[in-house]
Amino acid sequence: MPISLKHVNFAYNREKIILQDFSLRFPEKGVVCLFGPSGCGKTTLLRLLAGLEMPVSGKVDCPFRTAVVFQEERLLPWETARKNVAAVLHGPKQQTAEEAGKWLRKFDLAGSEDVLPGKLSGGMRQRAALARALAFQPELLLLDEPFHALDARTRDLCAEVLMHEGTQMLTVLVTHSREEARLFSDQILTLQGPPLVVVSQSCL
Amino acid sequence: MMDFITKNKQNLKQGTQQPRLTYWVISAAVWLTVWQVLAGAVHEEILLVSPLCVFRRLCQLIFVGSFWLTIVSSMGRILLGFFLGMGIGTLLAVLTNQSRLCYAVFYPIISIINATPVASFIILALVWLSTAKVPVLTSCLIVMPSFWRNVSNGISETDSDLLEMAQVYRFGRRRTWMQVYIPSVLPYFSAACSTGIGMAWKAGVAAEVLADTHLSIGGNLYDAKIYLETPDLFAWTAAIVLLSILLEKGLVRLIQMPVKKLYAGEKRCQ
Repeated sequence: MPISLKHVNFAYNREKIILQDFSLRFPEKGVVCLFGPSGCGKTTLLRLLAGLEMPVSGKVDCPFRTAVVFQEERLLPWETARKNVAAVLHGPKQQTAEEAGKWLRKFDLAGSEDVLPGKLSGGMRQRAALARALAFQPELLLLDEPFHALDARTRDLCAEVLMHEGTQMLTVLVTHSREEARLFSDQILTLQGPPLVVVSQSCL
Repeated sequence: MMDFITKNKQNLKQGTQQPRLTYWVISAAVWLTVWQVLAGAVHEEILLVSPLCVFRRLCQLIFVGSFWLTIVSSMGRILLGFFLGMGIGTLLAVLTNQSRLCYAVFYPIISIINATPVASFIILALVWLSTAKVPVLTSCLIVMPSFWRNVSNGISETDSDLLEMAQVYRFGRRRTWMQVYIPSVLPYFSAACSTGIGMAWKAGVAAEVLADTHLSIGGNLYDAKIYLETPDLFAWTAAIVLLSILLEKGLVRLIQMPVKKLYAGEKRCQ
């Protein structure tokens, strides 16, 4: 199913118009980067794609399995990193725990699987959130500035895992960094707004 | 330098604990002396009995089989009422948070129950129920609004970011409740238990006094008052206070155990 927005209108509190007759069609696979200034509506677009906001009018076509990595990691504070990842998996407990451990190790979190999020550093928590998103095996992966808390080395490691594991899905990445946009994406959409408009589209 | 700081911190820790216990002992000694002096000044056991006499009477009572039977019966009734109030209050909190209609239906009733004086409950319950059931109903009605309010607050204060995460990852209703709502509500629930158990205990004993329930602490208090047995009155009151403290500490500790475990790692690394 193609991922697209057709003539979407959206406003917060019926006053602040963010999207006005906005249409966009995404490719089926690859990494698309949404690049633009703060407050232009990038996160709103992501929230619409995730089904967390409903458009006032128009249509959003999205797959059922959509994962989101938010700016803040949103891990369950009372569960360990392993259980946070296992929470999005289905199956016997033992199996999901092993699977979760596997995903955490991919993000260089070996030894921290059974640690509560509060005892992990910001970067480790963000990596746990990325592991959870990939473990969900989504068809669409939405990343809202996921590397902002990471140092360059960890960012490159995460990007590598994401590129390696994400070949069969569409990844939409929101970033403020031109460098990140160039490094990790196949296509860059430069946005402006509100109301949100695509000012340029470049394929790398 | 670091060694010096660590040692100083340890000394401070020890220092803050030791005076606390000493202060408690001093405080108890001061008030017991005041009580003893007052009892000596009044010199009428029927009006004010001395602490020594109360202690002696309490020691006599604890070796009588019916004392323990009375305590177990009273505790059973009051705890039954407390747990009923806990269950009903929690269930109503869930219902009123899920449905506006439920909120509209139950909110006025809960508000009325919350505003009604304990004595009115007891008198009304005496009209409708047997004397053994009056403390149960009274304890239940006293704690129910407290549980409703606290659990409702817990539900509405649940982190909306976590709820969005649960929505994105298709947790479903059951998983969202088990993994997001219940752990979020637990501290509020625990707070309701801490305040509720004391309220239930006091209201339950008051109901036993007014209902003159058979084999009850309140019934014994009532008898002591009728027969002007002041040492008994004080001894039973001392038993009530001790039991209230024990019950509150025990139950609260029991309920706070999972809460402490749950939030042990929530403090973020700096």
